[in-house]
Amino acid sequence: MSLLPYLIAGWIFLVGVHGMATSRNLIHAVGCLAVTQSSTYVLLLSVGYRKGATAPVFSDVPTSVPVVDPVVQALALTDVVVGATVTALLLALVVQTAKRHGTVDPDELSGLKG
Amino acid sequence: MTRRARLWVLAAGLLATAAVYAAACTELPGFGGSWHPYGDRAVHAALRQRTANTISSVNFDQRAFDTLGEETVLFASVLGTVVLLRRTRDEKRVAPEPVRVPAALRRYGLLMLPVTLLIGLYVIAHGQLSPGGGFQGGVVAATSLHLLYIAVDYPALERLRPLGLYELADGAGEAAYVLLGAAGLLAGPAYLANVLPLGTFNTLSSGGTVPLLNAAVGIEVTSAVVVLLAHFLAQALEIEGDAEEGRTA
Amino acid sequence: MDDALVVAALLLVAAAATVAVFQRDPARQAIVLSLLGLALAVLFTVLQAPDVGLAQLAVGSAVTPLMILLAVRKVRRKGHRK
Repeated sequence: MSLLPYLIAGWIFLVGVHGMATSRNLIHAVGCLAVTQSSTYVLLLSVGYRKGATAPVFSDVPTSVPVVDPVVQALALTDVVVGATVTALLLALVVQTAKRHGTVDPDELSGLKG
Repeated sequence: MTRRARLWVLAAGLLATAAVYAAACTELPGFGGSWHPYGDRAVHAALRQRTANTISSVNFDQRAFDTLGEETVLFASVLGTVVLLRRTRDEKRVAPEPVRVPAALRRYGLLMLPVTLLIGLYVIAHGQLSPGGGFQGGVVAATSLHLLYIAVDYPALERLRPLGLYELADGAGEAAYVLLGAAGLLAGPAYLANVLPLGTFNTLSSGGTVPLLNAAVGIEVTSAVVVLLAHFLAQALEIEGDAEEGRTA
Repeated sequence: MDDALVVAALLLVAAAATVAVFQRDPARQAIVLSLLGLALAVLFTVLQAPDVGLAQLAVGSAVTPLMILLAVRKVRRKGHRK
């Protein structure tokens, strides 16, 4: 049990990278990148978890109760939102690629270069 | 490299990464343990600064400069997307045909729009007290506007969404964050220092500059998501390929 | 009890991520990604991270899949005209 969350985060990372490397469609590859990204959130929040503790918000609990680590949560939080805008930028690049070359298959695209 | 050879390289890389990662996991502190030196210090610092939501304190006070970096990444990617998805000279704009929406969907959508918008604004405003803040509330508020597209149609969304204003607000949010940081430099010891009075713990005005920076982020994220979705919607629904293709179609 | 919830949420996330990667059609992948976003939001809430859960719910289950679907529609429309 004490290793399972870390290993699951690793699995999500590996399966996402595998998807990106074998993808035949750039939009699909961007989706796989989003999967890979989510592995970092799972890892960060697992590292910060404390058994029996509550969320690090003191608006309705006394300040003496144990809470989980807020630092990793702050890291994950900003990245969730910023990551979505980076995904948008990548999708915009894919749309441009499709306009220019008429395909979104990375193999066909690398053939076009020469 | 052939596809087959590439797959072998990939498999070798994935297996090696998996082995090293699994070995590293055994050295990590156990899941759910009670040893969180950084977390404990961050909680103490947040309580000292009278910010009830520790995460907002970490984001907008303790590591506010980091958040400025994140903000800038967000701003730059929105800028890049707008440049990439702009309508080029050889593309033409075709108004999408109006679509009939079932009456029930229309009623429900129009009812939920103000509710969702209000929830988004509430989540932004209470970022320093309860779970939420500019990042989350911004996305909710921006999404709520798009219920108009689902409940009515695309032209209605376009009429009630002055895109230029949102692009302006996106820049204004980023600028407000930078200027609030400069205020820390002028009135206090360092850039982005928390120079305002800290207020009473667990009230809306507590936390010094935290609510202000939080609001700046809220404005920026709301307008960023609206601008992004606007450009993707325009590309998918309105903008037709180049002029020649348009003639043959 | 807490442990069982965490394990269930973790397995759900792992399953959704795996299906999302092996679903090769990007339009269907967007739907699975939206389910993954939902599963992640549940996991984060169980891990006592409501702030992150809220962001993940809004971004992962709505905004990202919507942008992917719109990109798919744009690229397909382009393809049909060729």
